[in-house]
Amino acid sequence: MSDPADQTGDPPEAPVLVLRHAAKSFGAVQALVDGSIELYPGEAHALVGENGAGKSTLVKILAGVYQPDAGALLADGQEITLHSPAAALAAGIAVIYQEPALFPDLSVAENMFIGRQPLGSGRRIDRRAMRAETAAIFARLGVQLDPARIARGLSIADQQVVEIGKAISLEARVIVMDEPTAALSAAEVDRLFDVVRTLRAAGTAVLFISHRLEEVFALCQRVTVMRDGRQVLSRELEGLVAGDLVRAMVGRELAERPPGEQVAPGEPLLTVDRLTREGVFTDISFTVRAGEIVALAGLVGSGRSEVARAIFGIDRYDAGAVTVRGQRLRRGSPTGAMAAGVGFVPEDRRQQGLVMDMSVQQNVALASLGRLQHAGFIRASAERALATDWASRLAIRYGRLKDPVSMLSGGNQQKVVLAKWLGRKPAVLIVDEPTRGIDVATKAEVHHLLVQLARNGVGVLMISSELPEVLRISDRILVMREGRLMTELAHAEASEEEILSAATGQATAGVPTPGQDKGER
Amino acid sequence: MSTALVSQSERPPASAGTGARKLTERAFRIRESGIIVVLVVFVAVTASVQPRFLNTTNIQFILVNTTVFALLALGETMVVISRNYDLSVGSVLGLSAYLSASLFGGHHGFPIPLAFLAGLGIGLGCGVLNGVMVAAGRVPSLVVTLATLYIFRGIDILIVGGKEVVANSLPSAFLDIPKSTVFGIPTLAIVIAVVIAIGAYYLRSFRSGRELYAMGSNPEAARLAGIPVGRRVFVAFTVSGAIAGVAGVLWAAQYGTIDSTAGTGYELQVISAVVVGGVAIFGGSGSAVGAALGALLLNTISSALYVLGISPFWDQAIFGLLLLLAITLDRFIAVRLTAALRVRGARHE
Repeated sequence: MSDPADQTGDPPEAPVLVLRHAAKSFGAVQALVDGSIELYPGEAHALVGENGAGKSTLVKILAGVYQPDAGALLADGQEITLHSPAAALAAGIAVIYQEPALFPDLSVAENMFIGRQPLGSGRRIDRRAMRAETAAIFARLGVQLDPARIARGLSIADQQVVEIGKAISLEARVIVMDEPTAALSAAEVDRLFDVVRTLRAAGTAVLFISHRLEEVFALCQRVTVMRDGRQVLSRELEGLVAGDLVRAMVGRELAERPPGEQVAPGEPLLTVDRLTREGVFTDISFTVRAGEIVALAGLVGSGRSEVARAIFGIDRYDAGAVTVRGQRLRRGSPTGAMAAGVGFVPEDRRQQGLVMDMSVQQNVALASLGRLQHAGFIRASAERALATDWASRLAIRYGRLKDPVSMLSGGNQQKVVLAKWLGRKPAVLIVDEPTRGIDVATKAEVHHLLVQLARNGVGVLMISSELPEVLRISDRILVMREGRLMTELAHAEASEEEILSAATGQATAGVPTPGQDKGER
Repeated sequence: MSTALVSQSERPPASAGTGARKLTERAFRIRESGIIVVLVVFVAVTASVQPRFLNTTNIQFILVNTTVFALLALGETMVVISRNYDLSVGSVLGLSAYLSASLFGGHHGFPIPLAFLAGLGIGLGCGVLNGVMVAAGRVPSLVVTLATLYIFRGIDILIVGGKEVVANSLPSAFLDIPKSTVFGIPTLAIVIAVVIAIGAYYLRSFRSGRELYAMGSNPEAARLAGIPVGRRVFVAFTVSGAIAGVAGVLWAAQYGTIDSTAGTGYELQVISAVVVGGVAIFGGSGSAVGAALGALLLNTISSALYVLGISPFWDQAIFGLLLLLAITLDRFIAVRLTAALRVRGARHE
């Protein structure tokens, strides 16, 4: 950790909040191994790292949502424990989430002061005072918002401003902004930055989380980089360039593709032509051929999942076409996509991929019911045979086939989702975050399975936020950023730096600047 | 800087904010004045066909009949605003009506205020039971109060059996309560109107009242904001129960004859009145005054059908139609309002 005393301009001060060596596990997954951060009054401090590096876990510890398994949290040098979000607020730590949760039916002023509205005589709410205080805070922040209007219909940017106002009225000394700019327009980002500068001038510490490195450089004085659940770099930004940060974020050896020679790609199976959904993604064109794994990479929120959902017909699109084996798909029809031979393993297996209360067997059979029925009845024997077959092929570990799928581990649940689709023998398989939240061993099995599928002539479109995974198994990598396809990379020429640069909008040329690696592992 | 994800509009004209507020307030006024307009139209049409509809006796009759429903609607409003439902109010009313009226059974000298207190106590007890199960037991209120709807009614039937309280066992001072008037307006209606006004004022101007709205508007955010959700829900159900208990005593005074079926099916009529009156069925918005107006409208319609000689079987069909209309209107206003607010929001960014 670097010594902050040499911060330019600011007098050396004691940190207002310190997190030391925090660790947090969820089951077998260790989300945070060694999370440390120091925040000083009046600074904007950037927290950067790849998806899954542990940033969100760290933020949730500061917010009082998670309690760390190990480590210490100190406010003004005093060790504190945060049992709840309310305790964090009381300790002066406020978190502004990407999409704030306001009360849509209440006024802006009331949203800010709910539960602690200024009272007049007889404990009545003094609406005028409440509005005046709200207006004063907005004036201080330099934003135009009517305190009396209801929150329904506010833009995300305005909702964030309301939350920031609330934090100020609570006299928060640390304001954490978790990817606040992800859904903002350029003008809104500018306004937010002005607000942050105002906060800094008042001595508030702002922890700013963003994937956009140019924003980090424009706004922040210091930076902390996380990788694999650890802090790998923490120092002032001066003297650093974007390439240094990217290197610190990636900082690992290229993982290898699992064994098995590559098959020359065959005929085009899935063709997406200038697919556009207004405000979500624009002009997406690509092809997935038989025997190929194509990865759709990009940051969370860049529109990857939305493209996949549109292809499969869950969401509508405004323009463009999806063709499977020369046959054009009807838009907005998952049934049509399935009939054409497309399978879709969604991002959220608990909500979208499985019926948690139904048995393993029923879940596996769910997408193949048409084949399993006889005169309108599902033949239990056929269902069992199908489930047994796929369970053994994918090495699913379960108690009994009749057990509810909720009893399985995350990795095995994911295999059940895969089995469900493989049972249909799809020509094209779309997988969205196929290995999220599952252990390393099962992850490798899933990777192996996807490669195996491709070798058998299936076209696989994989969405993943994990760059090592993308680099490990895909033949081609499409990178999306803010709803557009930025670049296409072949497996041989792709590197994490290159993908990340395209995904964050950082010029590729800027990356390979020779510079000392600041990582201290 | 990055390209805009969200479509973007140019900066200031500064004072666009006040416009948004006016729009919001106008929308709410439209909602409540809408009920009044429908009411006026209905009365006018009915009166033009059958002038008898507007005579003093009939108006007094409608107002007195509305009091019980308007009172129930006040309690229900508190519950619905917090995104809960109280289906037990009809059964509580029935239980309280019989038990409080039977107190007069032996001797006519039983003090009337004590009968009201008894009704209040019975309702309070039922409300506490509902409140504990919803707040502490974390059982959805729809299920809890559906269960207590049957339980309370069951207890009622168990106690009442085939018996009934008849009017001549009740003191005449008690039976006269609904009949007394001030300048031709039923006293009871005035009292209830004041009670509702107080209730509406509480919901509007006190922290705990506003927190009910907050809970209905976004339950998760309410919890995060540190609102004592359980306590608020408990109080709402207790108050709703207590109000239903008092309404039961009034019901007894009004009808005189009380058997085990008193108040059957009222719960749905009350919820209809609340929704017609502009309280959002998923909570967060609406007012007690609107709910009371809804109750008045529904009662006026019943009465109008009667006066017009239309079979009362039409009552329910018309209630249903009105309900659909109210919900459609709410939806329409909400959508338009959101769109309008969004435009304004964008304009003054």
